[in-house]
Amino acid sequence: MRVPLSWLRQYVDIDLPARELAHRLTMAGIEVSEVEVIGGWTEVFVGHVTSVRPHPNADRLRLCVVSTGSEELEVVCGAPNVAAGQKICFAKVGANIYNTHSERHETLEAAKIRGIESQGMICSAVELGLGDDHSGIIVLPDDAPTGAPLDDYLGDTVLELELTPNRLDCLSVLGVAHEVAALTGKKVQEPEANYEESGVPIAELVNISVASPELCRRYTASLLLGVKIGPSPQWLQDRLTRAGLRPINNVVDVTNFVMLEYNQPLHSFDYDLIKDATVIVRRARPGELLTTLDGVERKLTAENLVIADANDAIGLGGVIGGAESEISEGTVNVLLESATFNGANNRETAQSLGLRTEATLRFEKGLRPELAPIALRRATALIHEVAGGTVAPGIVDVLSDEGADAPVVMLTSDKIKRLLGMEVDLERVQGIMDALGFIWESAGDSGLKVTVPYWRNDINIEEDLVEEVVRTIGYDSVPTTMISSPIPVQQPAPVMVLRDQIKDLLAAAGIQEVINYPLVTLQQLEQVEQLDAAALPLRVSNPLSSDREYLRTTLRASLLATLAANQGHGAGPFRMFEAGRVFWPRNGDLPEERETVAGVLAGLRHEPSWLEDDSLLDFYDAKGVVELVLDRLGVAATYEPIDDPGFHPGRCAVIKASEAVLGMVGEVHPVVMERLGLDSPQVAVFELYLEPVLAAMPSSQQQFEPLPRYPSATRDLALVMPSDVEAARVTQLILRHEDVDRAELFDIYAGENIAEGAKSLAIHVYFQAKDRTLTNEEVNRSLDGLLRTLERELNAKLRA
Amino acid sequence: MTEPSAQPPTAQRIEEIARSATAELDSLENLEAVDQWRISYLGRRGTLTTVLRALSSLDVDERRTIGALANEAKNTLEDRLEQRVRHINEAALTRSASQNRLDVTLPGRPSKAGRLHPTTQIVREICSAFVAMGFGVVEGPEVEWEHYNFEMLNIPKGHPARDMWNTLWVDYEDPSGEQAMLLRTHTSPMQARVMESREPPIRVVVPGKCYRYEATDATHEWHFYQVEGLAVGEGITFADLKGTLYEFAHRLFGEERQIRFRCDYFPFVEPGVDMSIDCFACQGQGGGCRICRDSGWIEILGAGMVHPKVLEKVGYDKDRYTGFAFGMGPERIAMLKYGIDDIRHFYANDLRFLRQF
Repeated sequence: MRVPLSWLRQYVDIDLPARELAHRLTMAGIEVSEVEVIGGWTEVFVGHVTSVRPHPNADRLRLCVVSTGSEELEVVCGAPNVAAGQKICFAKVGANIYNTHSERHETLEAAKIRGIESQGMICSAVELGLGDDHSGIIVLPDDAPTGAPLDDYLGDTVLELELTPNRLDCLSVLGVAHEVAALTGKKVQEPEANYEESGVPIAELVNISVASPELCRRYTASLLLGVKIGPSPQWLQDRLTRAGLRPINNVVDVTNFVMLEYNQPLHSFDYDLIKDATVIVRRARPGELLTTLDGVERKLTAENLVIADANDAIGLGGVIGGAESEISEGTVNVLLESATFNGANNRETAQSLGLRTEATLRFEKGLRPELAPIALRRATALIHEVAGGTVAPGIVDVLSDEGADAPVVMLTSDKIKRLLGMEVDLERVQGIMDALGFIWESAGDSGLKVTVPYWRNDINIEEDLVEEVVRTIGYDSVPTTMISSPIPVQQPAPVMVLRDQIKDLLAAAGIQEVINYPLVTLQQLEQVEQLDAAALPLRVSNPLSSDREYLRTTLRASLLATLAANQGHGAGPFRMFEAGRVFWPRNGDLPEERETVAGVLAGLRHEPSWLEDDSLLDFYDAKGVVELVLDRLGVAATYEPIDDPGFHPGRCAVIKASEAVLGMVGEVHPVVMERLGLDSPQVAVFELYLEPVLAAMPSSQQQFEPLPRYPSATRDLALVMPSDVEAARVTQLILRHEDVDRAELFDIYAGENIAEGAKSLAIHVYFQAKDRTLTNEEVNRSLDGLLRTLERELNAKLRA
Repeated sequence: MTEPSAQPPTAQRIEEIARSATAELDSLENLEAVDQWRISYLGRRGTLTTVLRALSSLDVDERRTIGALANEAKNTLEDRLEQRVRHINEAALTRSASQNRLDVTLPGRPSKAGRLHPTTQIVREICSAFVAMGFGVVEGPEVEWEHYNFEMLNIPKGHPARDMWNTLWVDYEDPSGEQAMLLRTHTSPMQARVMESREPPIRVVVPGKCYRYEATDATHEWHFYQVEGLAVGEGITFADLKGTLYEFAHRLFGEERQIRFRCDYFPFVEPGVDMSIDCFACQGQGGGCRICRDSGWIEILGAGMVHPKVLEKVGYDKDRYTGFAFGMGPERIAMLKYGIDDIRHFYANDLRFLRQF
């Protein structure tokens, strides 16, 4: 909303500097986002062109004599529209104006143009910063006072308001005036709306009925006969342009002016185009057609409210008029409408038809019904003033059963104290109510019965009035205290604690956290996991772009994309993880949001250095990270080989605790890498699902286990076995044996001296008893047994 | 080597042996020579051993005094021997170590720590400030019902304030035709969910992701975090809201920070405010300050007293309980703290950006 101070001053005295006023409004909740100064010119005056003659040396230039009242100066002018007798904006030598050639502000100097000295410049809008029009000079109204500084005549300050949706009142200049008055201790001067009525009463000339009172609480109308349509007077055009609206003709301009002044949108119909002089406010018939003012034919539904004549819709109530009944140059008689339409319905119509207008901007927020006749009378008076004609006596006023009584809200000292934590003197509250234009009467010792003025639609409950009080006295006057009640008992959800713990572990393990968008494409998901065609991921119905359409069911897709994006910046190491949610659709319910942690490792294993080799991160790095995390969490996991289409064949394991799947670890399938443009020999990923991890964590507090009191015995075994035997099987079998404390794989060998199709595993085996030192015989007995088992189960033999 | 002496030992003789042995030992620089020395003085036929053996030729009184002297000399020489061996060994270690020098100006073996995303860091910082004031941390669903995102927060269908939250809707057909699913536009739906699930007193903060149907630019992201706060109970006032947020501002931005409230509007609070802190970059002085754009103040959060309709909708007695709520954008706070000029850096995940925090 643009509020020119020149307009605001019509209703309220302003003796504060514009910036101070803007600050006070902003602090009170009417945010002024910009204070725009129009003008600020020096040495620019209203000039009078007394004569124009051709330039002797140039066809397109002319020599003009400009009078400033006190002197006459000759200037060269190239504008096609300059003419003798015009009032113009004249920049004298020394004026600082915009130079269209150098494209900056410069001080104007006397200069010879084609041999003739020009002692100033007749300005276009561009040179004065008033607009973009450089096709000709600005021609001022004839009554512009010659010689007056242009700043006095055209200068203004415009407050640009950024309003919250509740403060509808400040979409109008009068509403802002009321606010300014309250903040500065002034009184508002409401505009006059006096006019003479004559001839046949309106009630005999038009028949108005409201068939859908639920959508139209009040409908008022007046009738002007014999008006003359034409351009508006300059003052009216100026008001509109400065507030950002385009002048059209005198009648339409008045309706727009009064809308900006009072907030009430009005509509004018050509009375003679209304069939049977009958107006019916009703719901549209399903499929009913209406060509609106913008020339678009629209198909309506029963949810749309129309203004209709005896036959057809002639306007979309509170949204836009119909083209058929539009005011045109030939219009003589005008039916003026000022109504109160239902906000929610108005908004729905505007949205479904894609028609947000200045009118819907106001109606959708719920205008007060008291406003309709006030604005109607004001607009009638103004049309009468600027377009002539006569006004038919009386107005039509159709009011629904809801009536038009102003809301009355109680305000008590007790409520103020309960909400703000401080007392506010009742007399002070009364003063605030007065300043804001609220009417009050005392109710008991410490209460007020407050009647809300017609321009405020946002005051409905006591809390609203408390806000009026506190925003007026200032939030600084409220004390600063801490909550005095006891702290509620609360424990964070275990999965949140776990997530934070894992994030810290991963970061400490040298892995960088990233956060990706959870919306991806279906292809991205398909590339990394098998999708169930019957339960596809959830889709956003109005995506911002096609690459952000589906809610992810795995973190891997976007992690790999992030890896690809970063690979351009070096050879790694790339170690990244994300902790976030994946979304699994559920029938008839919100999706299951599974907390997941995934990581990706690729590129060099070590930072490039003179010390380190250039080996690459691989499956075992990823698995090492998973083992570190699970070990720290006390989860005993197993890793089972699995073939998954997103993973390299034979390089993927499902992580389990008992039968529960905790996650996956593997290397990305080369085909997927190719498709994603991943530039590495291998990319290792892991993914952990936090709920099952949480379930697999030891439920009781870790208990101290006494340190061994007796020495352990070690035996190193080199075992030869078929190469497809899994290492985990070997260690499992060893650990199952009596007195074996742990087994450590320390070497794997295949090649020379080992038969084809076989491999050799070297293992430290530690024997330990809790209650004694094991004798050699005991250790050897156990070792023999375990070697027999290995041979029997895995065909593993001691290496010769 | 001294020949074994047949003469009976005297105190003087013992002293001489000890002195010459000590002097000889101190000049020895290798272990072989030291061993030779040991044999010649303390060996089976060594000089001192021979003296000791000759003690038997003395009378009882002499034997006692001279014997004690001889034993003392023997112990002293043994100690000296041990010291000399240690000395020679350590000198050898030092010599050999001095051959193994490093170029200490070479770079060390690199080990890069991973870092938490700046959003994670700032969310943790914000939450812990409130945890210290007795708030618990809870989280809620990112995919939400329209009911919780709007209706329960006093934003019914057709309410013009809905324009404040451009929404990404989820393609979902409810069999009953009543429930619409969306990506939550703010963390505020958790206000209703928390209040529905427990009785006052309530004191929680809710961090989490939010989504808006909005074009991105340097200060807007369609995907961002919020931290919501809610305190409901008996006797909770706007003054408490001020105190709590004042404390928060001090913890995050420094003890000298001033705060300022301005009237603002959110349908689920009344009165509603936004809170600014005085600019920590220019100390409120302006002068071309990029952070506060010369206003001297930086808006950091929205807040207010919980609207009685919100209390009613969750079934609380609005005449008994009051409460306050607040919400803030952690990215904005991180941008202010770290001087980040474009919010789009956060989720572009360029490692060169992320590694700076």
